[in-house]
Amino acid sequence: MVTLNVNGKNEEMDVSPEMPLLWALRDRLNLTGTKYGCGRAMCGACTVHVDGEAIRSCSIMVGTVAGGKKKITTIEGASGKVAAAVINAWQKLDVVQCGYCQSGQIMSAITLLSKNSKPTDTDIDLGMEGNICRCGTYVRIRQAIHQAAKSLA
Amino acid sequence: MKLTTKNISLEHPARREFLQATAVLTGAFVIGAFVPFAKRVYAASAGGPAAGIRDPNVFLKIGADNTVTLLSKHFEMGQGISTGMATAVAEELDADWSKMRCEFAPNNPALYQNLAFAPYMVTGGSTSMMESFTQMREVGAAARAMLVGAAAAKWNVPAAQISVHKGVVRHKASGRSAMFGELAPDAMRLPVPEKVELKDAKQWQLIGKRAPRLDSVEKTTGKAGFALDIRRPGMLTAMVSRPPQFGGTAVSFDAAAAKKIDGVVEVVQIPQGIAVLAKDTWSAIRGREVLKVIWDMSKAESRSTDAIVAEYRQMSGSKGLPALRRGDAAAGFAKAAKTIDAEFVFPHLAHAPMEPLNCVLELRADGAELWSGSQLQSIDTYVLSKVLGFKPEQIRINTLLGGGSFGRRGNPVGDWVAEVAMIAKAINGRAPVHLVWTREDDIKGGFYRPMALHRVKAGVDSAGRITGWQHQVVTKSIFTGTPFEGGAVKEGVDHSSVEGVVDTPYAISDMAVDLHNAKSPVPVLWWRSVGHSHTAHVMETVMDDLARTAGKDPMAFRLGLLEGKPRDIAVLKLAAQKSGWDRPLRKGRGRGIAYHFSFGTRVAMVAEVTVKDAAYKVERIVAVVDCGVAVNPDVVKAQIEGSIGFALSSVLRNQITLNKGVVEQNNYNDYEPTRIREMPKVEVHIIKSAEAPSGIGEPGVPPLAPAISNALFAATGKRVRALPLTLV
Repeated sequence: MVTLNVNGKNEEMDVSPEMPLLWALRDRLNLTGTKYGCGRAMCGACTVHVDGEAIRSCSIMVGTVAGGKKKITTIEGASGKVAAAVINAWQKLDVVQCGYCQSGQIMSAITLLSKNSKPTDTDIDLGMEGNICRCGTYVRIRQAIHQAAKSLA
Repeated sequence: MKLTTKNISLEHPARREFLQATAVLTGAFVIGAFVPFAKRVYAASAGGPAAGIRDPNVFLKIGADNTVTLLSKHFEMGQGISTGMATAVAEELDADWSKMRCEFAPNNPALYQNLAFAPYMVTGGSTSMMESFTQMREVGAAARAMLVGAAAAKWNVPAAQISVHKGVVRHKASGRSAMFGELAPDAMRLPVPEKVELKDAKQWQLIGKRAPRLDSVEKTTGKAGFALDIRRPGMLTAMVSRPPQFGGTAVSFDAAAAKKIDGVVEVVQIPQGIAVLAKDTWSAIRGREVLKVIWDMSKAESRSTDAIVAEYRQMSGSKGLPALRRGDAAAGFAKAAKTIDAEFVFPHLAHAPMEPLNCVLELRADGAELWSGSQLQSIDTYVLSKVLGFKPEQIRINTLLGGGSFGRRGNPVGDWVAEVAMIAKAINGRAPVHLVWTREDDIKGGFYRPMALHRVKAGVDSAGRITGWQHQVVTKSIFTGTPFEGGAVKEGVDHSSVEGVVDTPYAISDMAVDLHNAKSPVPVLWWRSVGHSHTAHVMETVMDDLARTAGKDPMAFRLGLLEGKPRDIAVLKLAAQKSGWDRPLRKGRGRGIAYHFSFGTRVAMVAEVTVKDAAYKVERIVAVVDCGVAVNPDVVKAQIEGSIGFALSSVLRNQITLNKGVVEQNNYNDYEPTRIREMPKVEVHIIKSAEAPSGIGEPGVPPLAPAISNALFAATGKRVRALPLTLV
């Protein structure tokens, strides 16, 4: 048995500790907001927070974050001032197109803004580099992060 | 192991059978037709449905909570069509935008056919707004008239004295008012008006303004439902081991190691390969990894990309099929003062949508139910009925949001739906099957934008006029062998192979275009903007070369070839103005223009690049678009921004290459889409227009590559013709 602390709740499950966190979240906990995109930590669609850090859940084993001490947050549990500002900006600017990558984009943006309250375009490019959007919504992702930063100031 | 499932030809579905199957669908009462409050059964008239059904009972659900839900006949893959169609409905309905919702219509082509592809239920070809703008407004107007009629009857007042504003129906004189939800049950029982009057453009409250997207909230909170998120009781996840070369087949397999993996339930052979079924995704992935398969590659593609290019080059020197003959191109070319002779090579491209292909199929004794994000419900219905032996009306399709598509989710042979059907059949429908492709499956899975080779010989006279244009196109046909062949292929010429060339808006009086149909087992498919994805690059870089050869400014040269075409001219002129075309640039910078007409829409782009040694960066794109009425200007803007982000990856680096028939790319490491740091600044200017709306999902793609190539030429004096554009 493995215990994961997800969105503030301890969840017990009978999985191999080697199972990638992504599949435990999606297939066992039915938290489907976290997406599979590449399985190789190259696209960021599976981004979740582990103790506030943006992590690619496809490439981290359940065993690494098990035990209940590490706090895992998915898009479904994203909350707090920064998360609200980011999600609000995303909605106000209609950033999304297909929307599939956006859970991951938002989770990365929350981490970025939590560490850097006034990012420049270059900071955004660096902070968001690991998240691919095939629809090409990058122009609005930049704008939304600036807008969220402004609303938090 | 021998095949136990009946093989159907997936490469070449029987067109006649398909037409017969869909005729059954369209000609008679159809199970699955949505019946709202009135429980009205909508039967299409004999001989097919009337064009543009406007019965609100077919398209709208008005809830007691006053929400108005559009049953969208179009698939949403990010292009914003749900919002667009809802805008058209809400405008004429005088609805409250905050109460508008959208769901996907069931697979019922009699009711939900694309009028541009009748009788099929299709989302594609950038046709959605073009084909449904009038119809959706009529649906809204009819619903409004019926709500007003219900209010008039209830209040016993003349309908003419009733007004509707933001979802409130009001009779001023008596002071009575009601919300839609209260009136809907009565309204929906009234006869559908024979005729409806649509608003004049001047009266529009929503069309042409900013209406927030209907899907923003669910897509920013992790709640949006994609096929990958479907969970059915007892569902098994399936992954298929496919032949490493296109055209290969499985001879035998050894599943012993796979079956030892915890969670793997079964391994079955299907015509497409060997399927591993497991209790969860990770087990399926691991099971497939250790599966051993012996393949027969005797009929498979075994060439490398270089050899295919060499063959295409040779073909371009022979006589092709006449795709266009206008004037005397050879004589015109012969009398030119200056000529150019250019060859262009385009690679295979994968669509690589973020959500890999997947779908869920559940078999029952009396039919089958599919959950999928698909552009072609008519095809999927046909494929499922054919493989499973059901009648088309026994197939129920739940269309879900698509995590990108760019054409990949609209396959005329329904490749991944055929796979899931074969798997479900192989296990006798014991469990719902969720077929999932990995990213590697997607990149290596074929159905690419076809490779293409163009050769153009063109000349200008001393006054700078084009005297002759001879054009060879070598590529594999997309439409041949599909149910859409009849409309697209004439005497061997697939229009999608030469679109953007044969219908160029430029005045070229002596022009000849030859098409050479290449053969290859590599399956090809429409990729966002289809033929225009290569033809625009050829046309617009040659145009630049000719302008410079003639000693003319590229913008002025183009304008000179567009006489009598005010819409085209307006787009180019605005692009010149907004981009500061005449302003000089610093050394190391370059500016390039490209203009292209596709899907009824005119787009000009001016690119600005900086070049340092062999590296370049696209700094800024100024885009001007004329798509007729911009129903949702912000969605139009988003589509142009997105098209730039999408197409930039194929300018910078993307290509699918074969090494002895094996695809060399694997995942986003070696087929890497555009990253945020590479995204240029983008300005989009929309021409105000009263013309009918035209396409917007695709027309932003074609002009990007040539605008960048022309900018690189301006910066370096070097012409790069092959895509991706690499400075050496």
